[in-house]
Amino acid sequence: MKLARVIGTVVTPVQHKAFDGQRLLAVRPIEPDGTDAADRMFVAIDRVDAGVGDTVLLMAEGSSTRDLLGMGEVPIRCSIVGVIDEIEVAGETLYGPE
Amino acid sequence: MFIGQVVGTVVSTMKDEKVCDLRLQIVRQLDENNEARGGYVVAADAIGAGHGDLVLYAQGSSARQTELTDGRPIDAAIFAVVDSWDVDGKVVYQKEGLESIGVEPAEV
Amino acid sequence: MYLARVIGRVVATHKLEGLVGQKLLLVRPLDEQGDVQGPAVVACDVVHSGLGDIVHVADGKEAAMALDDSFVPVDATIVGHVEQFAHDGQFAHDDEAAS
Repeated sequence: MKLARVIGTVVTPVQHKAFDGQRLLAVRPIEPDGTDAADRMFVAIDRVDAGVGDTVLLMAEGSSTRDLLGMGEVPIRCSIVGVIDEIEVAGETLYGPE
Repeated sequence: MFIGQVVGTVVSTMKDEKVCDLRLQIVRQLDENNEARGGYVVAADAIGAGHGDLVLYAQGSSARQTELTDGRPIDAAIFAVVDSWDVDGKVVYQKEGLESIGVEPAEV
Repeated sequence: MYLARVIGRVVATHKLEGLVGQKLLLVRPLDEQGDVQGPAVVACDVVHSGLGDIVHVADGKEAAMALDDSFVPVDATIVGHVEQFAHDGQFAHDDEAAS
């Protein structure tokens, strides 16, 4: 799983039927300190009601995402599986409630 | 999937028995303007491409989804020979001989 | 899964049986600013995309699962048309506003 930040919403009126009823978000992988990671932007389905600006857990791997969805063979590879409250590295809180 | 050109064949006498009967091609990676991207991949040939052919290849676990490569330690597979492609409506590449039989690039 | 713009089309008559009749398009992956990101990719299309469309691409082995025959060596498939992409940066796409 990757740490990521939700950067936008994606609306796709015409789509493969596996995406019907799913919410799509654009996310960007980040480093634990919140800076952008050297990685590309991902489109992921949202399983946890995340919002733009949230720091989230991104599952960017197909078989795990499909296990989670339990929909069988669907063309879905990336999902947001958690909203992160706090990130702590070596005893120092890098991200968390103010 | 990416476009590439078959520029060679790999011969290897010592290899895993699971890849023994596979034809392994050296594919030069091309960009959309038919220029070399600077990299090469070794790909299992699932369709019998010839030397110099421009081909399409798939990578990762997708490459194992052919009868030839199923369950084998392969991470790139050639699955099509390219006849032509166009970018922004302009033909970038057309295989020799196709013009004479009147194969026109269709509208996207 | 990522966003991309359709830039062209690829024709290949000699291909694996499971891919006969499958439309192949050239797409350029986009970043959050709408800039090109990485090399152009050849993708299958299941949602009738056209030149210039902003699309949503499924990658990896899951790409083949969008097709009727999923046992094919496909690692990119266009699975959606993007009508709107709202983002706090510069790149925002809105089909209705554009038309």
